Amino acid sequence: MYLLEVRDLTKHFGGIRAIEEVRFRVREGSITSIIGPNGAGKTTLFNCLTGITQPTKGRVSFLDTEITGFRSSSIVKLGIARTFQNIRLFKEMSVLENIMVSQHCRTGAGLFASILRGNAFKKEEKIIEEKALEYLELVGLEDFAETLSWNLPYGSQKRLEIARAIATEPRLMLLDEPTAGMNPQETSEMMELIKKLQELGKTIILIEHDMKVVMGISENIVVLDHGVKIAEGTPGEIRKNPLVIEAYLGKEH
Amino acid sequence: MTEQRAESKEQRAKNTDKKSPGFVLRPLIIALWLALLFLPFRGIKDALILFVMLSILLFIFRALSGYAKTLTEKFNGIRQSVNISLETVYARSKIPQFVTYLLLFGFILSVPFFAKDYFIDVLILAGIYVILAQGLNVVVGFAGLLNLGFVAFYAIGAYSYALLNTKMGLGFWSALPLSVVLASFSGFLLAVPALRLKGDYLAIVTLGFGEIVRLVLNNWDSVTKGPNGIGGIEPPYLFGMPLGRLSYYYYFILAFVALTVFMVRRVYKSRTGRAWVAIREDEIASSSIGINTTAYKLYAFAFGAFWAGAAGALFAAKMQFVSPESFTFMESVLILSMVILGGLGSIPGVILGAVILVILPEMLREIQLYRMLALGSGLVLLMIFRPQGLFRPGRLSRLAGRANL
Ligand SMILES: Nc1ncnc2c1ncn2[C@@H]1O[C@H](COP(=O)(O)OP(=O)(O)OP(=O)(O)O)[C@@H](O)[C@H]1O
Ligand SMILES: [Mg+2]
Repeated sequence: MYLLEVRDLTKHFGGIRAIEEVRFRVREGSITSIIGPNGAGKTTLFNCLTGITQPTKGRVSFLDTEITGFRSSSIVKLGIARTFQNIRLFKEMSVLENIMVSQHCRTGAGLFASILRGNAFKKEEKIIEEKALEYLELVGLEDFAETLSWNLPYGSQKRLEIARAIATEPRLMLLDEPTAGMNPQETSEMMELIKKLQELGKTIILIEHDMKVVMGISENIVVLDHGVKIAEGTPGEIRKNPLVIEAYLGKEH
Repeated sequence: MTEQRAESKEQRAKNTDKKSPGFVLRPLIIALWLALLFLPFRGIKDALILFVMLSILLFIFRALSGYAKTLTEKFNGIRQSVNISLETVYARSKIPQFVTYLLLFGFILSVPFFAKDYFIDVLILAGIYVILAQGLNVVVGFAGLLNLGFVAFYAIGAYSYALLNTKMGLGFWSALPLSVVLASFSGFLLAVPALRLKGDYLAIVTLGFGEIVRLVLNNWDSVTKGPNGIGGIEPPYLFGMPLGRLSYYYYFILAFVALTVFMVRRVYKSRTGRAWVAIREDEIASSSIGINTTAYKLYAFAFGAFWAGAAGALFAAKMQFVSPESFTFMESVLILSMVILGGLGSIPGVILGAVILVILPEMLREIQLYRMLALGSGLVLLMIFRPQGLFRPGRLSRLAGRANL
């Protein structure tokens, strides 16, 4: 069964064709990697899938719902969460608070409930805190719950972003370069974490430059170059594809 | 990352190197440009004077900026020593919390028994400003939306009560809900077009809104009596008695302040408050964890305006007179200063900020002319040495151990 279907997705910024008629499908429970040189349009693709920018053309359907044109918050509610290439944490909030606020779309207390503080409200707050600690444990940050998020080291900030995405209880997770800037040790820990997410039943799309990671964990690879999808297939197929080799190493090769 | 930043700093330092030709040329060019701008309006002589003065000033400024580095280093020393919020100072003083609360509440409650009427009057005003500043704190401090026209909602609250009371004979208790609802509704109305804008643009639109409201009050003679204002407003009745006496009104305001703080605090430490702070910290990230940012910004505007409306009605009832003069742009600036002085987003901080900025100018009355100057420079110094304000915002959850923050 396909969880996500992208059809003819196109995004132009004025004259720049960031992505051009991209189409692919994602099977539930799989790990898909999007690769391509810098400026290939990978992040733009994520932005279109999550409603941060609206595509110029094309359609995206998730669980048989057409989500093109939806606002980000509704897309999250349907079950797509993401992380960002350049970390976007809530800096002045503690690690725990970052996760608590991320359960926003799965909870419902309003202004009046928070003033009256009835039993339902208290129960919800308690569950939010418990779940937050649980998610922190999943990514190994339970000891930093009360640290302000911008005081975390870089690698932990990336993990916190993933925990924040998990807290929205998604079915599909879009991770934009989760291992960028990490040392080999941190990278392999991150790979473990991604596999763990898959075991938890999450479907994952990954933007990644580290070929070891890409070849090691993905089931399907989509290659973009100058906004166009030039290849798609298993790691074995992609490694041998002449178009991919050309895109990565240049024509003269 | 930090290395990169350090590099670019060095580069910037190089650009202002004294040997580079830009060091002399740039001030001259800037001065010339400004002088030319002035030429059509003030004639050649003034333009020339301006040119000379400006080039000298800019040159001095440039030369001094060479010392900026050593100066900032010295500043940093001082900054480090004041880089502790009042809570930390308090925590270090090791005074047990209940003692502080006891003394504080004891003092606040007993004020009318020993203070002069004048002092009670000032404190009543301070209380009204605490309510107002808490309202603005929701908008600017929690949600991070700059609002330079907050006085508009204060004015709407005050005039609503004034008009409902004098024209329709409604008492305070029946007019208050209406005034408050009107104020939050106008907050909502302003927010709808304004929320597409960010930062400076939002600030300008809200500033414009504040001025529009004041101008309407000033010019709509048939309803608001224009600059003459509306007099003869009734004070509130409690148990069938008018709250005419100052000391009664003092307790009355105190109750409202307590209610405001209580409710704002509860909303802050909840799903709504967390969503506001997330929007302040990063709007795109908030929408991608499922917060409907537009809706929550609207709530912030409406909830903030709600308290401004309440403060307005209390003000009208206290003064028994309202006029557009009380709702100028300077008032918006004053409220904003209270929030910034106390610490954006900190509830106790904003209380203190409001009280200080009401009481201090009164105490400085002796030096009349210079008091605004003194106050202004005090605020500037604070911004240099402690830009976060006196207090740090409180944590958003109950589990607020702050050991390793
Ligand atoms: N908001 C925008 N406005 C204009 N152009 C944009 C915008 N966002 C992206 N682009 C352009 O679209 C193209 C694709 O950018 P994108 O960030 O999607 O690339 P990427 O594949 O993620 O690259 P990288 O590997 O460096 O992250 C680039 O040429 C970029 O300059
Ligand atoms: Mg990218």
